[in-house]
Formats: sequence, structure tokens, C-alpha cells
Amino acid sequence: MSDMNQAMVQKYRSNFLKEVEANVEEGTWVKMCMQCGVCSGSCPLGPHWEHPQQELFMMIRAGKREEVLSSSSMWMCTSCYNCIARCPRGLPITHIMHGLASYAKRLGLAPKNQPTSKFGDIFWDSIAKNGRVNELKIGVSLYFMNGFSQGIKNALASRELGMAMMKTKRMSPTEYFGGHKCKDLSGIAKMLKKAKEFEAEHITKFGE
Amino acid sequence: MAKKEFYSFYPGCSSQPKASADNFLRSSNAMCDALDIKLKEIDDWNCCGASIGYAGGGEVPRLSLSARNIALSQQQNGDADIVAPCAACWIATREAQERVEHNPKVGEGINAALAEIGLKVESGKMPQARHMVEVLVEDIGLDTIAKGVTKPLEGVKIAGYVGCQTNRPFGIAGESFENPLYLDHMIEACGAQAVDKYEKKVACCSGALMFSEPEKGHALVKDIIEAAYDGGADMIVTPCQLCQMNVESYQSNINKTYGTKFNIPVVYYSQLIAVAYGKSSQEAALDGQIIRAGKLEDIANK
Ligand code: SF4
Ligand code: SF4
Repeated sequence: MSDMNQAMVQKYRSNFLKEVEANVEEGTWVKMCMQCGVCSGSCPLGPHWEHPQQELFMMIRAGKREEVLSSSSMWMCTSCYNCIARCPRGLPITHIMHGLASYAKRLGLAPKNQPTSKFGDIFWDSIAKNGRVNELKIGVSLYFMNGFSQGIKNALASRELGMAMMKTKRMSPTEYFGGHKCKDLSGIAKMLKKAKEFEAEHITKFGE
Repeated sequence: MAKKEFYSFYPGCSSQPKASADNFLRSSNAMCDALDIKLKEIDDWNCCGASIGYAGGGEVPRLSLSARNIALSQQQNGDADIVAPCAACWIATREAQERVEHNPKVGEGINAALAEIGLKVESGKMPQARHMVEVLVEDIGLDTIAKGVTKPLEGVKIAGYVGCQTNRPFGIAGESFENPLYLDHMIEACGAQAVDKYEKKVACCSGALMFSEPEKGHALVKDIIEAAYDGGADMIVTPCQLCQMNVESYQSNINKTYGTKFNIPVVYYSQLIAVAYGKSSQEAALDGQIIRAGKLEDIANK
């Protein structure tokens, strides 16, 4: 368990709801849920959620900290916003799910080898480095995220698509060497560093 | 609303030359030329973080990215509306604005980050962030668009696939979440026939999870395509770059898994309008389709 996770356990004792309210994006909304289940009934990947959305909200109130944060559920969110559009209580469910996932990751509790979590990292690294997405490099890292031989298999399986994208000029091999990026990369790096520091400080000091 | 003198353009990562929505960018240029929409690209704009940025980025870093675009737009193009053709870019920009306006703590973090590069955003003073579709529907009007059509897309039946993020959580004013009609009206404005009651009109294409959970993604797309065929569609049209990519380009994978024989073109609204306004196949970027839209090419080449 990470130090930060230990610190949070100490700090909030058994009040997981309070911890979520203080540290998770839009977490103050959790207590507004009335358990109607409309959200999970509207979710495109609904059957793949280990714990449906309303159950997660109930578990937060019941203090099931480890079970919630180590669940793969939140990582099934495709950001379709169907739940937000339909929730009778107006909960920003999508953002809460993203917030729970990223908080779990910060504490080192997110499930290991969760593909969307890994993909999210690859994606973020690409933006932080270039200011813009490098689709080709992301694609290549994605194929190889589960090791070299799996990567070759994935790349071969997708070569037809890769060729089609090149042929229609919707991907260029030169992207691999440089490619799309912003001019003020040092500025963007400074900005993101500050934003990250602010967020880290905000989380550890909140509620004091 | 009337058409503005110009718009501050935020193309987004996919709509760059030789990126996955290169065909959108090219056809959108042709469409804007036909409709006399003037765009000034925000110099040095950055990625919005997309929906998947939360995992690595957290809240303040992710929203700072959009805030930088807003501040740059203001610096370069004053109060001009920011126009994004990509739903994820549009949503991220609006969410950053909302958070700055309603969550002082997050706003403080965003501005602390922006201060590092001499920029800032102020609650209540940011330009409006709009989707390209809003410009067409609200500022120009579909009736006006219909009047300028020189090559009606006669005999083409199209399933209007709106998808998620152009429709939720913000959507287009006056449209319902469950059955928005503007895309059907746009199809008709171009002289084509819209599939009536397209069942998967607002279903999810799996978004970024197509990359990390491909099997689950293919299952969702399979239903979207099946419903288009059920409605008798010759092709699908979408306003979203990720939907276009997800629905068009995995059809052969889906065919292998499910034994289906899908081969349906998936085009952008900008391509329909470009062709209906007499632009060439190439200007409408029909050569950028993996599954060629033969019926549109025939009309464009006439
Ligand atoms: S739709 Fe809203 S109120 Fe109903 S269970 Fe889901 S979060 Fe709770
Ligand atoms: S936004 Fe996420 S949680 Fe909500 S319905 Fe869509 S996929 Fe499910």
C-alpha cells in the first residue's frame, strides 16, 4: 500500500464518504443519489461493471473503501454521458466515475494491468510531451503495452487497418519521428507541473 | 442568430493534416468555403485531454489544458466564439469554463497553472465555446443551407448517427437527448433521405475504450451498423471524429468475429454538404474513406 493511501486511511478513519467528498472530482454529489438505478440501466457497458454505479454510491456510504477503489468498475466508463443526461437527481456521474478511477490510481489501489488505465497513461504522456496527440505513437505503444510478443501479434492483427489509414492519408509514418506538436512545449510542461503540484497539495490538505 | 464575422477555430488533434480525421478537416474546409464561414485557427492550441485524459491527468492538469486554449483564443481573437468540430474538444472546453465558474478551488488551481505562462481565465468573461454543428444549425440555419444546394443528394438513404458527446451532456439547443433531429434535417437539407427512427442514433461507439477494450467496443459498433442496415441505409453520417473512426474502420474485424458482411460507408456531415454544394470528390475528401461512399462519389463526379 502506498504511503499516501496509509495517510488517507489514518486521516478519514472509517468515514469514506467524507474522503470521497473531499478528494474525488465532484465527490460532494455522492450523497444525493437516491438509488433508483437509472444510471446503470443506461450504461452501454453496463453488464461489464463489477459493481453498477448506484451500488458504488451505496458502497461509498457504507464505507467499503478497498472494494470501491480497487474495483475495475469505473474503468468501464466510455464517457457517453447517458447517465448524466438521465439521472433524476442531476448527479455528474461520469465525472465522479473518472474521479474515483483517478483517485484510486493516485493511491495505488487501481487494479493492476487494467487496460484502460494503462491506455490512459500512454495517452496522457503523449499529450504532456507534445501538447498534442501523436496517434501513431499511441497506437504503437498500445500494441506493446502487454509486452513485446503480444505487441507484434497486435500490430500484425491491425496491419490491415494501419495500411488503410496510410492509404487514405489519415496517418503518416513520419509521425513516428516528430509529428504533430505544440510550439510552446516548455510552457506547457511548466503549466502542467504547477497544476499537478496544486492538485497534490489540494488533496493532502483538504478538509483540515 | 446571425453568422459571425469569423470564428476562433480549435480543430483538435484528430482534425490535423494526415491525422485520423484528415478527411473531416478537408471536407470541412470545403464546406466552410461553400457556406462562407471564416475560421481563424487558434495559434499553438493544445490537446483538450479528451475523455480518457482523466486517468493520467487528474482534474486540475486536465482542465488547465482547455483553459490554456481559452486564454490563447481570447488573446488572439478577442471575444470571438471558439468553434470546435470535435465533440470531446467542445465538451472539455465547456467543462473547464463551468468548473472555473462554479468551483473556486479548481479555478484557483487552473489559474495558478496558467500564471506560469502569463495567461489567465476569468469567470464570466470567457468567450463561448461552440460546436461546429451549432454554427450550422443556429447561425446559418438549415433552411438557408438547403437553399444553396446545387447537387441534391437524390436517391441516397442515410442513417444519421449522432452518437454520444455531440448530444450529451450539452447537446444542441432545443433537441432532445433521446431523439435529436438536426442531423436528419441536415441530411434532408442536402436532398438525401434520412432513415426514419434509426434505432441506434444516440448509442455509444465505445469511445476511447475501443483501444483498450476492443471486443466490447466491437460489440457496440456491431449493433450500430446492424440498425443502419435494418433501416435500409446506403451509408451512415456522423458529426463525431471518434464515432466515424470507430464505426468505419473496424468493420472487417467485426465481420471476422461475428460472421457478418458489413461494408457500409461512414461519412461526415461536412462531406454531404460539400458534395451537395458542388465540390469535387477530392475537395469533399471522399478519397479519405476506408470504405468508399460510391453513391456520393457518383454525384460529386457528375
Ligand atoms: S440515476 Fe442518479 S439517483 Fe439514480 S441511482 Fe444513478 S446516480 Fe443515483
Ligand atoms: S458516462 Fe460512463 S458511467 Fe455514465 S452511462 Fe456512460 S459509460 Fe456508463
